Amino acid sequence: MNPTIVIVDYGAGNLRSVEKAFEHLGYPAMVSGEPETLLNAEGVILPGVGSSGSAMAALEKRGLVEPLIEKANSGTPFFGVCLGLQLLMSGSDEDSRPCLGLFPGWVRRIPPQLKVPHMGWNQVHIKQEHPVFSGVDTGSYFYFVHSYYTDPADDTLIVGTTDYGIDFCSVLASENLIATQFHPEKSGEVGLKLYENFVRMVMLKEASG
Amino acid sequence: MLTKRIIPCLDVKDGRVVKGVKFRDHRDAGDPVALAEFYDSEGADELVFYDITASSENRDIILDVVSRAAEKLFIPLTVGGGLRSVEDMNRMLKAGADKISINTAAVQNPELIGMGAEAFGSQCIVLGMDARRVTPGDLRWEVYTHTGANGGRVTGIDAIEWAIKAVRLGVGEIVVNSIDADGTKEGYDLELLRAISDSVSVPVVASGGAGTLDHMYKAVVNGHADAVLAASIFHFGEHSISEVKRFLADRDVPVRMVEP
Repeated sequence: MNPTIVIVDYGAGNLRSVEKAFEHLGYPAMVSGEPETLLNAEGVILPGVGSSGSAMAALEKRGLVEPLIEKANSGTPFFGVCLGLQLLMSGSDEDSRPCLGLFPGWVRRIPPQLKVPHMGWNQVHIKQEHPVFSGVDTGSYFYFVHSYYTDPADDTLIVGTTDYGIDFCSVLASENLIATQFHPEKSGEVGLKLYENFVRMVMLKEASG
Repeated sequence: MLTKRIIPCLDVKDGRVVKGVKFRDHRDAGDPVALAEFYDSEGADELVFYDITASSENRDIILDVVSRAAEKLFIPLTVGGGLRSVEDMNRMLKAGADKISINTAAVQNPELIGMGAEAFGSQCIVLGMDARRVTPGDLRWEVYTHTGANGGRVTGIDAIEWAIKAVRLGVGEIVVNSIDADGTKEGYDLELLRAISDSVSVPVVASGGAGTLDHMYKAVVNGHADAVLAASIFHFGEHSISEVKRFLADRDVPVRMVEP
């Protein structure tokens, strides 16, 4: 049986496009908001749109905060998307509620002299290799829509950066954890490639026990 | 660097593309999903479905169209036309739309913007604005509603003030459609575009009047638009999306080039 990838459903955001992307790849993922299901997952996708405060409140309400931290720390391949990147940080300008704290660093508002949200296709400049970016050229375009950006405390974890007047971290990773500020499921072929690589990462991890 | 977006808009009625379409090698020129796939392969940065279905019994057809499109398309899809409530928006997003465009309903009930933004996030809520100059040559524009029929209804609302208010209420993007320019193929209303774009913090999409590649160039350079939306210029096969992008790239406008 194939290892199970769970798309975490906490009642916020549109999970359908992420789900469709995995269906399209021929590797259906399971959408679930059950802590038990999450704990048994062999791969985790944390999607999200909306605000960090309400997302954290929803995760807490469903008892998903501890299971998410446990999965991230146990070596399970874990992919955060958009708000799902921001939620991995220590905290955010957007809300006083702390985030998951899996990456030290802060989420900041895009400066007001720039158009907010940062919306559209922008380039990712790859700073270091990562299995999820295998076969992806530096300078590839991905679809962004966000009003806040992450400012990680540890620069060595930055896998990709993007220039929007400010140069910000658009891909952050450590070991089993990877997160992107853009939406792979809205970024055409190159976006789907990242999910395909993630599936491979999950299968390799399982095969190696 | 953030690129300027090229967005084809499909008018859909009872589940079929309305405006005439001329394509070689095209299986079904009237099927919005087939056409959307074609535009995606050509390098469209986003797509818009605008539902102009009149009869209420056929209103759910668009949900099926959006759902089918979402299985094939992995670029952002905006859906507009006839959405009046948060529940309408919710059903459309569940079907697979990424953004919702509201126009008449937002003018009649501005709270709808805030309720939509609260429920789904500002990035989901697009204000579609139809505006017309009060008098020719004058730098004042008024908002129109119900533009689907008989030229629409004048509201007396100033377009710039409405744009500013809508952003404050929570829209994440504004599509500015000039009624004066729409259908003329003589170019976007650049003064209107610039006036709105320079007054708000959110991205602005130019709509109405594109007839040449140069019109699109002027919309971003002179009109300060972040994206250009067009219908007939693409549907009638006059210009392909890749042609538009090459034209812009040759003039140092950042665009996302897609290998054929």
